[in-house]
Amino acid sequence: MATQTDSRVPQIGQRNKKNQLITDPNELFFLSPRTPNFLTGSEVIREAVRRSSVDFSVAYPITPQSEASSLVGELYAEGYVGDYMRGESEFAVMGECAGAAFAGARVFTTTAGPGTLRAFENFPMWAGSRLPIQVVFTVRGINSPLTIQPDTLEIAFMLETGMLLWHAESAQDLFDFMLKGYYVAEQPEVHLPIGVICDGFFVTHTKDMVMMTPEDRTLPHYDPYRSPVVCMDMEVPPVRMMRDPFVMKSNYISYMTHASWQLEIRAAIERSRKHTIPLLDGLIEVENSDAEIMLIASGTAVSQAREAIRLFRDKGVRVGLVKIKTLRPFPTEEIRKATEHAKHIFVPEFNVAGWLAREIKSTIDRNHRVVAGPHVAGGMTMPPEIIVEEIEKHMAHRRNKELVHG
Amino acid sequence: MANRIQINKEFVDIMPQDYLDLVESGTFESPNRGWKDFGTATELIAEHSLCAGCPESIAFRHIMASIPNPEDTVMVGSTGCTSLVFPMIAVHNIHSLFGNQNAIATGLKRALAVRFPDRIKDVIVLAGDGATVDIGLDMTLQSWFRKERFTTICFDNELYANTGGQESGLMQKGFLAKMAPVGKRFDKVRLPEIARESGCDYVAIMTASKPSLVEKVIKQAVLIAREVGPTYIQIYTPCILEIGKQSMEGLQEMRTSEAPGERFKFREFISPEAQSFLDGLAEKKKAEKIAATT
Repeated sequence: MATQTDSRVPQIGQRNKKNQLITDPNELFFLSPRTPNFLTGSEVIREAVRRSSVDFSVAYPITPQSEASSLVGELYAEGYVGDYMRGESEFAVMGECAGAAFAGARVFTTTAGPGTLRAFENFPMWAGSRLPIQVVFTVRGINSPLTIQPDTLEIAFMLETGMLLWHAESAQDLFDFMLKGYYVAEQPEVHLPIGVICDGFFVTHTKDMVMMTPEDRTLPHYDPYRSPVVCMDMEVPPVRMMRDPFVMKSNYISYMTHASWQLEIRAAIERSRKHTIPLLDGLIEVENSDAEIMLIASGTAVSQAREAIRLFRDKGVRVGLVKIKTLRPFPTEEIRKATEHAKHIFVPEFNVAGWLAREIKSTIDRNHRVVAGPHVAGGMTMPPEIIVEEIEKHMAHRRNKELVHG
Repeated sequence: MANRIQINKEFVDIMPQDYLDLVESGTFESPNRGWKDFGTATELIAEHSLCAGCPESIAFRHIMASIPNPEDTVMVGSTGCTSLVFPMIAVHNIHSLFGNQNAIATGLKRALAVRFPDRIKDVIVLAGDGATVDIGLDMTLQSWFRKERFTTICFDNELYANTGGQESGLMQKGFLAKMAPVGKRFDKVRLPEIARESGCDYVAIMTASKPSLVEKVIKQAVLIAREVGPTYIQIYTPCILEIGKQSMEGLQEMRTSEAPGERFKFREFISPEAQSFLDGLAEKKKAEKIAATT
């Protein structure tokens, strides 16, 4: 993230108009003094945006992100954000974000649930156009009858959009992922949109202690000329982009172009690893990797899994945990290695489909070890006792089967 | 000739001739550029993949010759026949999705204003009637309500041409088309009137038959959008293929449709603010002329 060499844009070591010190990203992430703040997730979103030198943000009300996106508006009124507007629908919002990103702006927006799905056509377009927009998905239910409750089903729809997807467990993750997300997404060899996901209500509407960087330090500005594609600002002499638009052609060159570009997007996701691993201290976090029973989760299900492990420990049973931080790139090798010794793998999820279990089953060997569950959905909480019960039920069932057939 | 549009000397020997021509004899930064440059200067649109004789290609040429500051203009297109031409024009342009062009232009124009507060950066939307009036109507209107500072041009061919001639909102009532098997049941949407009521400071409805009129309207629309508020131009670009005309009949079709009493008779709406801006421009031009002759 080099600051663009534009005299109007403050460089590292200089101060912006809000008197924030433009700070080297790694220094900001790792060396800046951090102080504890007791905030809601929505307030954490505001604080991360305050420290991200955001040029443009679009807001649209939908529970549970409405508070966060209006707080970003307050930042704009204070002068921390270049421009800010309320869009007319999520489909339009994501178009407005795209337009600004095409023009070389650092862009931030938020949405949730039905908003994510209404906006959906935009996400593969963002990725294909290599627009490093950041959107925070405060995920919620998408089913009918109308629901506004927490549910992670919408993430399943996002997995193949070509976006980077990081899933925050806590408000602390949310703060760090937002700042670090811009850094990774804007690397020239990555240059993809990033979805920072947090579980609606559980993270957005609860207060938590978050260790935050100083308010008067901010990321360097986005440099739109460190991009694999041309910034649409007429500052780089224009060329005719194509002699023949590929959409017109039904021939092998056309098919090959489309196929290779899709592969390139996926390769760019993989290339984000080398920037992400040092920043997030790995794509996964592992506890008790030698345990025979492992839990794998992302988002707030990780916190519930941690509690379940504690309950098992009280019973004298050793249970391990894999916390997945990034869903795209998917930490395939990391999970394979972390589950080498596991005999039983449980995947607690806040959705009815079990998409994370499916992802894991499709990437690790001996996948009969994977039990998709427990699941809660529609806004239910997942008390750790449910996880314990599910595991114990499964283990008892297996023992009975072994007695009968063994 | 141009200062902004130059070629890196290291690339001169590998760039195609038409690119060199564009740099050397294009009309970037030419203060009086217009359709009269045809034949003497390299055009910003050198070729197209539309049907032979397509009036859309004529309109496109006239527009590209007329935009006042191509060196600082970014265009936004949408899906349809225009999206087959955009990749071949020599200003930055964006195709993203079908119907979202005015949302894209909104973000684009605002971000350019944030990044270049002291510079002119014009944004022009150019899309078909399906994109403007049907699938994208919400975003078309909302951008006008918000008084976004860019020009929206609608190539009105009164149907979905690129998908093979289906009914559109701007199609005439009673017209038989695909998806209107017994004839279209409702009137042509009156978007120029809606544009006026929605906050546009300048609205024009016309055909592409007269290059000098296209030039005048485009220049006015872009300058008003830059200084006053949103502008809208609806240009009849008949799909000769779908209305059963020959390649050479496009011009006549446009002329017939702009006759007195016809649906594309030239009309324009200029808001009082836009009018006083245009008056100011005329005064300035007059003063310059006098200064030059005395």
